[in-house]
Amino acid sequence: MTRRPSAVLVLEDGTTFRGEAYGAVGETFGEAVFSTGMTGYQETLTDPSYHRQVVVMTAPHVGNTGVNGEDDESGKIWVAGYVVRDPSRSYSNWRAKGGLEDRLAAEGVVGICNVDTRALTRHLRERGAMRVGISSVDDDVAGVLERVRRSPEMTGADLVGEVTTAEPYTVKAEGEHRLTVAAIDLGIKRNTPRRMAARGITTHVMPATASVDDVLATGADAVFLSNGPGDPAAADDQVTLTRSLLERRVPLFGICFGNQILGRALGLGTFKLKYGHRGINQPVLDRSTGRVEVTAHNHGFAVAAPLDETVATTFGPAEVSHVCLNDNVVEGLRLLDAPAFSVQYHPEAAAGPHDADYLFDRLLELVKRA
Amino acid sequence: MPKRTDLKHILVIGSGPIVIGQACEFDYSGTQACRVLRAEGLRVTLVNSNPATIMTDPEYADATYVEPITPEFVELVIAKERPDALLPTLGGQTALNTAVALHESGVLEKYGVELIGADIEAIRRGEDRQLFKDIVAKAGARIGFSDAAGGDLVPRSRVCHSMDEVRETVAELGLPVVIRPSFTMGGLGSGMAHTPEDLDRLAGSGLAESPVHEVLIEESVLGWKEYELELMRDRNDNVVVVCSIENVDAMGVHTGDSVTVAPAMTLTDREYQRLRDLGIAVLREVGVDTGGCNIQFAVNPKDGRIVVIEMNPRVSRSSALASKATGFPIAKIAAKLAIGYTLDEIPNDITRETPAAFEPTLDYVVVKIPRFAFEKFPGADPELTTTMKSVGEAMALGRNFTEALGKAMRSVETKASGFWTLPDPDRTLEETLEALRVPHDGRLYTAERALRLGASVTDVSDASGFDPWFVDQLASLVDLRTEILEAAVLDEPLLRRAKRAGLSDRQICALRPEFAGEDGVRTLRHRLGLRPVYKTVDTCAAEFAAKTPYHYSSYDHETEVTGSDRPKVLILGSGPNRIGQGIEFDYSCVHAVLALREAGYETVMVNCNPETVSTDYDTADRLYFEPLTFEDVLEVYHAENSSGLAAGGPGVVGVVVQLGGQTPLGLARRLAEAGVPIVGTSPESIHLAEERGAFGKLLDEAGLRSPAHGTATSFADAKTIADEIGYPVLVRPSYVLGGRGMEIVYDEETLRDYIGRATAISPNHPVLVDRFLDDAIEIDVDALCDATGEVYLGGVMEHIEEAGIHSGDSSCVLPPITLGAAHIAEVRRYTAAIARGVGVRGLLNVQYALKDDILYVLEANPRASRTVPFVSKATAVPLAKAAARIMLGASIDELRDEGMLPPSGDGGKLPESAPIAVKEAVLPFKRFRTPAGKGIDSLLGPEMKSTGEVMGIDRTFGHAFAKSQAAAYGSLPTSGKIFVTVANRDKRGIVFPAKRLADLGFSILATDGTASVLRRYGVECEVLRKHFEGDDGTRDAVELIASGEVSLVINTPQGSGARLDGYEIRSAAVAADIPCITTLPGAAAAVMGIEALIRGEMTVRPLQELHAKLRPETTSD
Repeated sequence: MTRRPSAVLVLEDGTTFRGEAYGAVGETFGEAVFSTGMTGYQETLTDPSYHRQVVVMTAPHVGNTGVNGEDDESGKIWVAGYVVRDPSRSYSNWRAKGGLEDRLAAEGVVGICNVDTRALTRHLRERGAMRVGISSVDDDVAGVLERVRRSPEMTGADLVGEVTTAEPYTVKAEGEHRLTVAAIDLGIKRNTPRRMAARGITTHVMPATASVDDVLATGADAVFLSNGPGDPAAADDQVTLTRSLLERRVPLFGICFGNQILGRALGLGTFKLKYGHRGINQPVLDRSTGRVEVTAHNHGFAVAAPLDETVATTFGPAEVSHVCLNDNVVEGLRLLDAPAFSVQYHPEAAAGPHDADYLFDRLLELVKRA
Repeated sequence: MPKRTDLKHILVIGSGPIVIGQACEFDYSGTQACRVLRAEGLRVTLVNSNPATIMTDPEYADATYVEPITPEFVELVIAKERPDALLPTLGGQTALNTAVALHESGVLEKYGVELIGADIEAIRRGEDRQLFKDIVAKAGARIGFSDAAGGDLVPRSRVCHSMDEVRETVAELGLPVVIRPSFTMGGLGSGMAHTPEDLDRLAGSGLAESPVHEVLIEESVLGWKEYELELMRDRNDNVVVVCSIENVDAMGVHTGDSVTVAPAMTLTDREYQRLRDLGIAVLREVGVDTGGCNIQFAVNPKDGRIVVIEMNPRVSRSSALASKATGFPIAKIAAKLAIGYTLDEIPNDITRETPAAFEPTLDYVVVKIPRFAFEKFPGADPELTTTMKSVGEAMALGRNFTEALGKAMRSVETKASGFWTLPDPDRTLEETLEALRVPHDGRLYTAERALRLGASVTDVSDASGFDPWFVDQLASLVDLRTEILEAAVLDEPLLRRAKRAGLSDRQICALRPEFAGEDGVRTLRHRLGLRPVYKTVDTCAAEFAAKTPYHYSSYDHETEVTGSDRPKVLILGSGPNRIGQGIEFDYSCVHAVLALREAGYETVMVNCNPETVSTDYDTADRLYFEPLTFEDVLEVYHAENSSGLAAGGPGVVGVVVQLGGQTPLGLARRLAEAGVPIVGTSPESIHLAEERGAFGKLLDEAGLRSPAHGTATSFADAKTIADEIGYPVLVRPSYVLGGRGMEIVYDEETLRDYIGRATAISPNHPVLVDRFLDDAIEIDVDALCDATGEVYLGGVMEHIEEAGIHSGDSSCVLPPITLGAAHIAEVRRYTAAIARGVGVRGLLNVQYALKDDILYVLEANPRASRTVPFVSKATAVPLAKAAARIMLGASIDELRDEGMLPPSGDGGKLPESAPIAVKEAVLPFKRFRTPAGKGIDSLLGPEMKSTGEVMGIDRTFGHAFAKSQAAAYGSLPTSGKIFVTVANRDKRGIVFPAKRLADLGFSILATDGTASVLRRYGVECEVLRKHFEGDDGTRDAVELIASGEVSLVINTPQGSGARLDGYEIRSAAVAADIPCITTLPGAAAAVMGIEALIRGEMTVRPLQELHAKLRPETTSD
């Protein structure tokens, strides 16, 4: 067996893990975050929300089912680096088209394996998400650490422009057409228009720079604000766009980054969570029904809003519609007198459970009522 | 939705005796439920006939009924207790079936008892195969699932009620087909038919086994991948998936007999979510009220087609596994959901800050391996099928698959302890691949061997049905093996990789002879600083801090063991259940934990059996889910001791080895030699009791008798000894538990056969030859002895069975009913002399035979015995707790002062008003068949074969005996035919019982001799012939029993001549599931019991009330 080159992972606080190269050999930097999903690595890797992040997988075995032609959530792998404990040396699945490591190498994704990912996760849990570097070309820890500390921070990062589509495109409704939605691509995943299409929604996916006029020109019945990477505090353009839409009472649905944009448009603040929510087992309470849904999360920032009272906003009263039961983080917002709502998590799942799929039905109802 | 306020009093039903398919996992779940309900301030009434359970300890319920779990007895309990509700989902199929019966007979309605946690219609929908099939189709349609490959979501199938229907169905589906009888437990009676002959046999017996005479004939999904999901639902319709489990053995092997892995290893998220969606939809469609539920799926590896195989609307064996695998306590939460809580209102015990409404995520891999006992049932077909045959299981956790696998393989304690630890079988590649095609115990070994013989991953996967990913994991071990074999020196990186892949020191030394054994590997490993670290099971992959120290080892970097300055005691558990070492030992270990916790020690449990109470993270202060091998235990000791010392404490002050059966006991000497502080009876003393010569000397010096005996190291030796002491002789290999390999031999020819067949006789493996005492009364004693030499007789049990049947398989009664004061005094003198002579500190079990008023010592075991829980419940004295305290230095006098032991007297001097307790064994013969499909030989003998036991307790022997039979067999008959055949010496004695039975309305059947005596006394009877006699026109007794016409057998053996015939009758009775009485006292007891049943005067009494009478000094609460 050919041996892997050694590799080193250095956190900005100087903590170092030694392992072996995985994927591409090289050096990479980003924000270290951990994801607790036991399935769905292909979806995770290709989720644009992970742009500039080095993802630590808590599940020890990664790559067991290879990669296939259907499960990509975008056109490429977005993670800045990948940290796993036990990469699979083979893969087995009837849909598999190739091995994960070959794909990582082909796309130049630098990773590290054979590290104590649980120890790293515990460290990030205690100290918070922080910058990290992985190098399989330089084992001088001091040098890597210096470059980690020079790399950009996630706070304040405006990354939407780096992930959004260059040109608008359309995903047609399946079966009977019921609705047209303009989706602002802040890092949209493929499964979102797919889930909408399954309900008879045609989606016009627009670049993040789209103006109100661009959006209205599509003739859409509603606007969708997608998920995406970076600090919502830096996304002023989208906040402006959202306000214009709210003023025109255009029905609006946002997820993840879109939830934060809506929050800001309503005058609420956002803040960085200590280590974020990244996984597919997060319990969220829908406060309107009292039901708990198990949901897919990928967010490092959250909206600051009072949980037990409505908030007066320019667009009428708003309330927190969903909360995470683990830590009471705001997971959804709703305007009481205007057709707009959003959630901080991923109803389109991919990867993750489908408990929140009903939210796309709520979009249909919202438009019907409006 | 908070707790319901209208429920104040809950009845919980346990699962009764341990049988294959229903083991101690239901003690674990029931114990959790009882604790939760009481903590919620509810009154709890419990019914369970199994005395070896923790849940039947009087402190776990307000009223504990150790009574038969039959609708009749449970009705008595309901009438007396008047509970508001019945919670039936935590006691396996037994509890569920009983609840359904009570519902159908109107008892629940009559007494206004609400069924909680279950819904009768949902149970029916889940268990009725045809209804379930429709449910799945409906559920699938509702969520828009038509299958990917366009097929059905269930295997094509039809329910049949006759053989004609069966044949018609198979004509359509084609062979092979699966046969599944309705309403049976653990897949009893089901199987795969490849040929028309298989079909006739399996469908025939399936129709008979099913209480509703119904079988499902189903399209074969043999070879498909098999998955299970464990789900929970609350009354707000919130559903979570607690765990996914993937079977390494493909469809066709019962999941209880499969090697299984959690979480699923070879599913993409899309496929996993499809299973999840479908599972939840089915759960809702079935209408599972609240609580746990298990759903099994088959997935076609070629195109991903999913079919739903079955669901259990209750806590199951898999949920116990899932609870231990994830740290999510399914039973505890199910109990809370049943009384009205919702998932979001229940905190997650482990994180304490997050709620139970979430899905656990694992950052480790869990492997479960079943433990079989085919060696106990010669003639049984060892092919694994859809009928569960394993008797236990071991689970292991590791940070990768091979690590978990390696640990699990050594946890099951088979002859091989992981790959390469036994010589390879002499088979070619073709033969190996051929063997791989038939599912069998140890198939992973066969697969690994095939790879080493040059088979490709694909070859092995095709032959075995294992997913290629798992086979490749085995291939990675084969590659590693080559590296280890070929390396010039075993350097740190290579040794680290070997340990990281889960290899034990023993496996490594098998490859590198220069280490001269595992001690050499360990020395090198420690010199290189290679020790395991201990990670934590936390339900959340470290996302939140864990508050419970539930640990497993891994060769990784960071350890999570926290320091503690309290004195620690390690308690070594008993590993996987097997025949001869089961729940009784876990019971004693749990008691040690409880007693030592209370005495101020920090208790550390080490065990690998996921079914047990001892491996509940709530039981001990710290739990290490680890294999019970020398290497693994030594590392746990090191981790706990060094962290304790570093924290400024005394570290580990003692390791308890005498409560977990032979497994920990077998480690005692090596651990002591390695400097581990073994407490209690010293390893030297243990050896003294087990070493024949030394023990014989001890007996001689104390003037105690034992049957003439000798130790043989060759057949010639054995023959000389037997000739000297006279036949019959009892022969067995030395150092065994559960009478493994023990037989009674009547002549030289059989002796020669035995030596050749059953032993690997050599100077290192001697065979013990004892005079067998025919026609003796056997007596079992459990006793405590402290450091001052004070002895406390826990209990004296008199066997009801004829001599020569293993004590674990025979029924016994406590207090002894026919022994006089002089006999007991003799037993006391003998026991004290042995305890002091051996140097026992803790528990001692001695077996005696009383023949012609002379007491003989058969054997002495300086450890907790199987009967400790029975004795403790019958006498209201916690023997195992006392033993644990004695091991740590307490004296019997101190324990009397504390109130743990009675202020005066002991179990040898019970008051005449003491209740009578009868223990009866439960046997698994019905589970096994020969390759030709016949029932296996169910003869009982000196080798233990029972899987579990029940207790009947009442004021008189007759009542207690009737209860024990009802608990083990359903009930003693109150009408029908009774077959009587007794030895000449018993002919007079049988007259009165037989006459009484005839007067009670029974028809009496008898053999010629017995019949002529009975007729003279005016008892009408039909004459049957004995099995071995020629056909003389009368009916054959054995055949009549087998046909189900007889409802009770009374057969006292004639001595050695008629022994064989007696065995045949007994076998037939066991196979027909009817009681067989083998002694006159037993017959008298049965008659009294039957009278009590007929007169409807059976009563039930809680243990708390019985104990209050026995120990008035402790009844303040």
